Amino acid sequence: MLTNRRDFLSRSSLGLGTAALHSLMPEASIANSIQKIAPKAKRVIYLFQSGGPSHLDLYDYKPHLKNREGENLPDSVRGGQRLTGFTKNQKSLPVAPTRYQFEQCGESGSWVNTELLPHIGSVADDICFIPSTYTEAINHDPARTFLQTGAQLAGRPSMGSWVSYGLGSEAKNLPAFMAMTSIGNCKRVPQPVSGRLWESGFLPSQYQGVKLQSVGDPVLYVSNPPGISRDSQRSSLDALGQLNQLKSAEMGDPEIESRIRQYEMAFRMQTSVPELVDISDEPESTFKLYGDDAKQRGTFAANCLVARRMAERGVRFIQLYHVGWDHHQNVPRDLPLMSKDVDQASAGLLLDLKQRGLLDDTLIIWGGEFGRTTFSQGTKPTKEKYGRDHHGRVFTVWMAGGGIKPGTWGKSDDYGYSVAENGVHVHDLQATILHLLGIDHTALTYRFQGRDFRLTDVHGKVVNGVLA
Amino acid sequence: MIPKCIITSFTIFASSFVVAGDDVQFNRDIRPILSDKCYKCHGPDKGSREAKLRLDRREDALAAIVPGKPDESELFLRVIDPDPDERMPPKKAHKTVTPTEVEHLRQWIADGATYAGHWAFEPVQKPEVPKTGEWAKNAIDHFIEERLKQENFEPSPAADNRTLLRRVTLDLTGLPATPEEQTAFQQNPDIATKIDELMKSPRYGEHMAWSWLDAARYADSDGYESDPLRNMWPWRDWVVEAFNRHMPYDQFVIEQLAGDQLEDPTVRQILATGFNRNHRMNNEGGIDPAEWLIEYVADRAETTATVFMGLTWQCARCHDHKYDPISAKDYYQLFSFFHQLPERGSANAKTAVPLLDVSALPHLEEFAEVSTKLEPLKAELAAFRKDEAFEPGFAAWLETLAKDEKARKKMGGEYAKLEVAKWSDKLKGTARTLFLNSHFEHAKSTRAKMVPLEKRDRELKASGAKVMVMGDMETPRQTHILLRGAFDAPGEPVSSGTPNWLPPMDESLPRNRLGLAKWLVNPDHPLTARVAVNRIWARFFGTGLVKTAEDFGSQGELPSHPELLDYLASWFIENDWDIQALQKLILTSATYQQNSSVTSVHLDRDPENRLLARGPRYRWSAPVIRDQALAASGLFVEKLGGRPVKPYQPPGLWKEVIKGSPVYKADTGENLYRRSIYSLWRRAVKPPMMTLLDSNLRDTCAVDLKRTNTPLQALLLLNDVTFVEHARGLASRMISETDKTDEARINHGMMLLLGRAPTSQELEILKNELTSQRDYFKKHSDAIAEFLAVGEAKPDEKLDPIELAATTSVARVLLNLDETLTKE
Repeated sequence: MLTNRRDFLSRSSLGLGTAALHSLMPEASIANSIQKIAPKAKRVIYLFQSGGPSHLDLYDYKPHLKNREGENLPDSVRGGQRLTGFTKNQKSLPVAPTRYQFEQCGESGSWVNTELLPHIGSVADDICFIPSTYTEAINHDPARTFLQTGAQLAGRPSMGSWVSYGLGSEAKNLPAFMAMTSIGNCKRVPQPVSGRLWESGFLPSQYQGVKLQSVGDPVLYVSNPPGISRDSQRSSLDALGQLNQLKSAEMGDPEIESRIRQYEMAFRMQTSVPELVDISDEPESTFKLYGDDAKQRGTFAANCLVARRMAERGVRFIQLYHVGWDHHQNVPRDLPLMSKDVDQASAGLLLDLKQRGLLDDTLIIWGGEFGRTTFSQGTKPTKEKYGRDHHGRVFTVWMAGGGIKPGTWGKSDDYGYSVAENGVHVHDLQATILHLLGIDHTALTYRFQGRDFRLTDVHGKVVNGVLA
Repeated sequence: MIPKCIITSFTIFASSFVVAGDDVQFNRDIRPILSDKCYKCHGPDKGSREAKLRLDRREDALAAIVPGKPDESELFLRVIDPDPDERMPPKKAHKTVTPTEVEHLRQWIADGATYAGHWAFEPVQKPEVPKTGEWAKNAIDHFIEERLKQENFEPSPAADNRTLLRRVTLDLTGLPATPEEQTAFQQNPDIATKIDELMKSPRYGEHMAWSWLDAARYADSDGYESDPLRNMWPWRDWVVEAFNRHMPYDQFVIEQLAGDQLEDPTVRQILATGFNRNHRMNNEGGIDPAEWLIEYVADRAETTATVFMGLTWQCARCHDHKYDPISAKDYYQLFSFFHQLPERGSANAKTAVPLLDVSALPHLEEFAEVSTKLEPLKAELAAFRKDEAFEPGFAAWLETLAKDEKARKKMGGEYAKLEVAKWSDKLKGTARTLFLNSHFEHAKSTRAKMVPLEKRDRELKASGAKVMVMGDMETPRQTHILLRGAFDAPGEPVSSGTPNWLPPMDESLPRNRLGLAKWLVNPDHPLTARVAVNRIWARFFGTGLVKTAEDFGSQGELPSHPELLDYLASWFIENDWDIQALQKLILTSATYQQNSSVTSVHLDRDPENRLLARGPRYRWSAPVIRDQALAASGLFVEKLGGRPVKPYQPPGLWKEVIKGSPVYKADTGENLYRRSIYSLWRRAVKPPMMTLLDSNLRDTCAVDLKRTNTPLQALLLLNDVTFVEHARGLASRMISETDKTDEARINHGMMLLLGRAPTSQELEILKNELTSQRDYFKKHSDAIAEFLAVGEAKPDEKLDPIELAATTSVARVLLNLDETLTKE
């Protein structure tokens, strides 16, 4: 990776670009310069619930709204805030209380919809709920991009890219940043996620997330061509290596040595990647934890299980997306289906990491790009059928594991519509995630088009209230 | 901790850019310090200015500087303040001033603290060409050699002819020289003639176009949410054609920015303006169209500023620029030029007006001709409706139809279902048109003339597409400065205009895009030619003379050879913006033609090769790597232009990201073997082969190219069906075009790819590999069929399967050689 070494030296605000000396899997990093704080977490597993899960139907319990069913949302609550094109021309904004049973869970007494999320409820004592999260975006693509890159418009690096740029990898034979997607079982056709969400934007492409595929090769091109055995491939690589060595001696360009090393790493990945996704060595107890869905490649549960295997192997940033939470027309139809997809596996992952001693230094994040409105989309909600529009002014995200203090941080107002206490902006969330990894979010910068960019733009405050 | 060697070599390198001598120059030594470390809080942006101190203008900076007296200058004292809480820049800025920089500041203030205008905004001055020795072949070399002498460097010897031909051919066409071309060139190594010949190849325009498509963020989909496909490919073909027709750069700029505003524009010229419709478009449900309309206009203004002026315009969208003199007002004045379309914020490929119907490019003239011929005939036909015989004739026809049920049924649709008496007025209206077109005697001769023209018109339309182009509304739209860049917070109204710190727009120019384009290519403009020349230079050397091709502002890097940059910029203008002539000047220089091997002195003192004491050596770009393999395989289909094609792609990529997405079904037949520039580019799921090899992403404008070296690239090049199939094509040629000895095969494979024979050591290694693969396939006969079945192309049945399989393995090695992947 010498091509870009100087590039980094001049672009990094720190004047040191050690990370740039390494390629996809940096063994060292610029961590010493940006990790001024003791890291509490070594890695992140981000369970992104794409589409915008309804905080009001899952975590943010507002029992008194039952008495306000069908009433128009008071103007004082809405405060003139803008609505999406779905509901801005709607004649009334009738309050739609949740139809689900909530319970106070564990010793912390956090409220969870245990009708749909019994497993998550059972691990509530390990979780810090943040019902005061808020964002600026009101549509999916910009909102997801905002959470993942710190800006609503495309072009900036994903959080995982920033982290692998900053900290490098602990994994010897796997990339530092990997991404997986799964498609929800909801009836409504789920919103897509763009491959751009795990791209590296203006950071060099070795920091892009490596996508784990659910069909074909688990990592693109990782299998030998049909008919070529490992020995045959080895023989070709040996010949290639010898020829490239001759070239290196002739031309003296260090890039050639680097290329030889990359081919050797590629060869090792041809073993390490299949081994990563081969769950045949998992005991039956694993599937009791994650659920039987985990046996089926490409499901959210299977991805959670693979996430644990990545964590064990030192992958730094593990990004999951489960798509299908965009319930405009029919929450009662689709929410149970989506909850069933994720409930057991989310809790199973947490428990599994815990019993393996990995939860202490793994940060789990669970949440979508925004929440959903208190009022119904459509003017005549019923208990059996009500929809909710996008809502970014307040929603719930939860975190667990490395460095997190379980409990609840922040509060939404009585309608679950705006922040009442201790609002956590998207940039605050990002600053906190970096902080838990030991990174000062104002120091992790990259020079692009004359400006030193950061994940948190020019904002972001670490949320001390969620720190253990 | 930081390895010591890095710091050391970095320091030496950084200082190597400072020419020996004691003088401190503002632009070279001082502005970079002030810009990077001070301007953020003490710069042009009044919104974020601290302590009312402004350091980007001397008259303001004197508040903190006493010229001649560093020890009385607050600026200097604060920079060296021993108290970390008092020292500037503050801790939270994460910036430090190095001891060398402190010394420069001290010296500068002691010398009187003079300022100079930012170099890139000063007029281009054509410098004297320095006189150096015999090495130089043209003016470029004199500039390069002078600098090398100052640094005590020697240029490298010239590359041998076969290396040079390979370099030039790939640089100009993106394809390797054939063995025949190599032989011919060895006999007559006339590089100038060869360059002319390569520039006449249609492959030249295809290759040149790629980086322009990056700059223009060209893609075949809208880029948001379900990411529907769009039809901008005729514009892509326009770019290829413009390069192939050797269009001068000034015309290239004018037509793309404002072709529609030229006098009597041709369809081609209007098509050219598709340049500024390549931005992403959002049609997600529930969006606010007003918000997104602003995003599109912003993208146009920012892309225009980056591509043509190398400026980071986007920084001034929410506030005045923190480093450059771009004010928010400047931002919205440029924005206003592009704000005049009758467009909607929420639109798709079918509704995003203005739209232009075009045929495939080779038929554009005919398409226009057919339209021209049809227009008067259409008018003539319409006039027949007012003919006094028309209504009576129509009534008579209806009567006939009422009696002739068979004829009525034949008409189909509503006509067939209902008796004539029951026809609605609307139905009668369409029936009138039908009558006029097919039954009204008086109109028959007109119609007869129209029918073949209409048929041709339909055919031609079908060969093309509806393309988004530029076109302004009659009544201008008022632009406002948007407070903090928010679409719903309009501030002061502004009109279209250019910034006052650049040369003024001539009074005679219209205040529209055409005026803007002409202002850009005015020879007095300090940026346009420099930026263009720099990009053309970077195409051949890997890095521009200004490394930050996207930023010529004060945070950008200074040119490595400022005089050469200005020389080339003025040369370019004097030579009528002739891109090919400039390219030829570069390629015929001794500088370009140097050998590219790297010595330890190079590595120690100039690892990035900025001084150019050696030829360029770096990995080829993504499309070149694929197209080269394609050409060597013999499968290449040389066909210019047309709809995007779908080459091989791993299964499930589209579906995995987008449920309900159309499945990516690779094409069959010749579409699999077209050049990469024709591959479909869907933004939500980009072609992985291209992005793994560092292709720009095409979401937004990109004018530089990063190069990485990763194991994922190795996996792609070793295992992807494309490269395995192309290796088999190459292997077939290695066997069938030779006398079939192992040596002859290997020799031919190397010639086809690299234009040279193997050395004896290389031959030995490759022969061993061929033998060992032969043994492998002999032992694993079941593997042969599997291996030979990769890809759609049928293996040559005349060849022995074991031999073909074993030779394919060797061809895979050849396709993966560092030399194959690298400009050398």
